[in-house]
Amino acid sequence: MIANQIMFFLLSAMIIVFSVLTVTSRKILRAAVYLLLVLVSTSGLYFMLNYQFLAAIQLTLYAGGIVVLIIFSILLTSHISQKFEPTGWKKSLLSALASAAGAILAITTILDFKFGASREAAMEVDMHAIGKSLLSLDYDGYILPFEVISILLLAAMIAGIVIAKKGGPADQESQNLKQ
Amino acid sequence: MNAGIPIQFFLILATLMFFVGVYGFLSRRNLITILMSLELVLNSVNINFMAFNRYLFPHKMEGMFFSLFIIAVVAAEAAVAIAIILNIYRRFTTINVEDVDEMKY
Repeated sequence: MIANQIMFFLLSAMIIVFSVLTVTSRKILRAAVYLLLVLVSTSGLYFMLNYQFLAAIQLTLYAGGIVVLIIFSILLTSHISQKFEPTGWKKSLLSALASAAGAILAITTILDFKFGASREAAMEVDMHAIGKSLLSLDYDGYILPFEVISILLLAAMIAGIVIAKKGGPADQESQNLKQ
Repeated sequence: MNAGIPIQFFLILATLMFFVGVYGFLSRRNLITILMSLELVLNSVNINFMAFNRYLFPHKMEGMFFSLFIIAVVAAEAAVAIAIILNIYRRFTTINVEDVDEMKY
């Protein structure tokens, strides 16, 4: 076995084991930490595929931003020591059957399909190329989605503030109803 | 670079991760853990895009940009979802989906 094969199997074993632990752990903070480990191993896969920029984005935005946000909301809404009651066997059996059926279907399709290997020379995806095509108007340019995503992020930020702030119209209404 | 690792390995890994996320989405009851399962699903889709880009179209960057925009959408989605969850917690003092069964007071 070559070194990168060993690396790949190590990373995928980590991803699968920690994904299963994320969805089955009965302590919510532990589930969040397992999710963090899944995301970090995924960024390792991106490094293996030579996409350094996206691996860095994965580490900072997913592992750094979203997991911290989730942990914050866990601390605001639940007790850390609180344990979930186990899922009913009927529900977990049905969910497991549904997802196993989907997984088997998808994997047999993947194994059946013949992927044609590409003969093109691999492109070096460096920061220069990424920046150039993010801001170019050509056929390979992504300036429109880039601008749209910036507006989306602004809208999400404002929406988050408006929904979660105290003393909005919805909050007053519920207080009136409580009285 | 990727010698000895066929594209199928990446796709099978992403499939397993996707359906583990689907399992969590179906069986969990806490809203935050449902959100975490959703993160797993979206992350597995990103792995697919990157593997397709690197193996089948290595001279282009479409898959990478798609993943980049997916990550941005996920960030926006997580921010709004957590705002909604906090609002639900303030009204119902629980985030268990089975106890939150009213859309409006």
